[in-house]
Amino acid sequence: MRARTFAWFIAPSVVMMLVFIAFPLVSVFWQSFTLTQPVTQAVQVETCTPGFLGQTCVTETKIQPVIGEDGRVLTETSFVGWQNYANVAEPARAWAAITSLDFAGLMQIDFWRALRFTLSFTFITLPLVLGVGLALALAVNSVTRSLRGPVIFVTLLPFIITPVIGALAIRWLFVGDGILTRAMEAYTGTDISMFAQGWTIEILMMFYRVWHVAPFAFVIFYAGLQSVNQDAVEAALIDGATRVQRIRYIIVPHLMPLIVFVALIHLMDAYRVFEEVIGFRSEAYVISLQYLTYDFLTPDGTGTRAVNRASASSMLTMIGIVILLIPLLRHTWRQHRGSR
Amino acid sequence: MATIRALQQPGWLKLTTGGLLGLWLLIAAFPILWIAVMSVKVPLDAFAASPWDVIAGPQTLAAGKGITWADVLLTLILLGGTWVVATGPLPRLVRRASPQGWTGLGWLVGAGLLGAAFWFAATAALPALSGAINRTLGLEPLFGFTWEHYRAVWVENAFWRNFVNSLQVTLGVTAISLTCGTLAGYALARSGAWIAFAILIVALIFRALPHSVLVTGYLPVFINSAEILRPLLGDSAPTLYGQPLAVIAVLVAINQPFTIWMLRSFFQSIPAELDEAARVDGCTHFQAFRHVIMPVMWPGIITTGLFSFLLGYNDFLVTSLLLDQSNMTMVPAISGYFNRETTTTDQVEAVAAAVSITAPLFLLVMIFQRQIVSGLTAGAVKG
Repeated sequence: MRARTFAWFIAPSVVMMLVFIAFPLVSVFWQSFTLTQPVTQAVQVETCTPGFLGQTCVTETKIQPVIGEDGRVLTETSFVGWQNYANVAEPARAWAAITSLDFAGLMQIDFWRALRFTLSFTFITLPLVLGVGLALALAVNSVTRSLRGPVIFVTLLPFIITPVIGALAIRWLFVGDGILTRAMEAYTGTDISMFAQGWTIEILMMFYRVWHVAPFAFVIFYAGLQSVNQDAVEAALIDGATRVQRIRYIIVPHLMPLIVFVALIHLMDAYRVFEEVIGFRSEAYVISLQYLTYDFLTPDGTGTRAVNRASASSMLTMIGIVILLIPLLRHTWRQHRGSR
Repeated sequence: MATIRALQQPGWLKLTTGGLLGLWLLIAAFPILWIAVMSVKVPLDAFAASPWDVIAGPQTLAAGKGITWADVLLTLILLGGTWVVATGPLPRLVRRASPQGWTGLGWLVGAGLLGAAFWFAATAALPALSGAINRTLGLEPLFGFTWEHYRAVWVENAFWRNFVNSLQVTLGVTAISLTCGTLAGYALARSGAWIAFAILIVALIFRALPHSVLVTGYLPVFINSAEILRPLLGDSAPTLYGQPLAVIAVLVAINQPFTIWMLRSFFQSIPAELDEAARVDGCTHFQAFRHVIMPVMWPGIITTGLFSFLLGYNDFLVTSLLLDQSNMTMVPAISGYFNRETTTTDQVEAVAAAVSITAPLFLLVMIFQRQIVSGLTAGAVKG
């Protein structure tokens, strides 16, 4: 394919990505070092109250936003260096907490709280998703053919359901008078409320995520299982390999590229955990990095959005995912070099 | 294929596998089924202490809202009949009746007709028929059952408007994603240049970006876009904030990395000899792509399209930040329910809205299940 044709074919997609992904990245980078705020001016205001013999007048200086010619508040943008980052991550406070080994103190700062949850969420769900997905694939593969269709249908349901709705569905089972909380209360005989402390919410969030993503891992692994070399399995059988050994030494190595693929996708998706916070309404106890940015971006009481602080937290979030992905990207790169 | 006896599972293992699989199916389906059951009961039943009360709905029954076994039977017959027609005679009819090259349109007409017939049967014919049967046989209602929450959500709260917005955004995302994605995926699959690989790696990194990072980049630009674009477009410069079209563009871009990776691996599984043959016969690259490659690409297109559909339909973050109240899609609109979820009626209405959002997806899996599995088998997993 000549370069010209290639360029024409690729153009719509690349332009799309440049305008809507690369450009915002640059703009976020710029915003994270600047601060946009209304221009203010000090105005001398004299307020007089009518009195008995004369007026009492008070003169005071008020800070007011300047209104431009078009009737809108003028804003100015100034370069502030690392100020936004410092506002988000509060390094001084965080450092003080770390040096005095005050974990609870560190968790007082939203950014570190979000980072802690996001990372633990990512790394706890990763092996669970891979494990459940693999177990499901092996189980379905051993079921009679006629049953596989319905089983796959039901298995796919949690995967396609809207994340916010899925989280809500599980929340409604466990919320105050939800059916499963009632069941647990009847079983243990104690009062249980699943949404009154952080760790129970975290468990529910992780449960939800595994429930939601394991079917994806299942479909991929199940597809991979169809191409396992039967001769190798039979040869292993003749050599006296047990069932576990056959899985360990033949099936898992065969699926390895797929396991890496699912792990990669899951790492990316779990790191941007967000819908769970909305669905479980956990913002008072548990927040994630992406929720932190979302929170900065939603208009506050006065209708202003903290765009600059959101940019700083976005940049920090992005640095995190790049660090997580470096090993996997190097792996892909080496494979590509090797395959040529 | 003969299975070797030693490879078959022993009895105890079969039992364990079956048991665990059954447990998984229960866990997978239960939350969804349960909210569906809750949504058709009055609040007292929906949040009752005993699960049997939630299923049977005594309070709903006491309020005079229930269905008899005749209703259940007729509904099952209607659903089963629709399924049989949709899988058997309909495809045959579509294939026979639609003119050459217009099969897609034929499918649309066929599905539309079937949908209309189903709608008529479900809303007019079925209630009349079951009412007559119930009267003549003097049947008493068995289960508590009510559509009132759905009516409240769809009619009184005008949820249909959000549905239309969702449809608009989702279809736009799917169509544009696939158009850009197939072109790029084809070129990437057929080119061995280093730049093709570089684009793929950059796309992979883009795939990893949290969406909030991108939205932070758009938000100030979109809100002030009228001023920024004025020098270029004059006074007709639009404010992009709140425009469904802008959201579609954003979601397409977010989706593009995954789409091109997936379609590229599908194109790679189609032998390059095919387009070489077409080129020898005098086709340009684009003609080969359009007339030779695309017709054999349908499984890949459907699978990738499904993922685009899910992304557009399920999105919360982008739509909730970049659209305003007047053209909200369904998923962010539901957060309006749980913000004022003060009474139990509100809660059950939120449940009904949630079920309404899930229903189209349910249908989608039913129709495309085979494509999802075989599509992933054929393509994506090789990437």
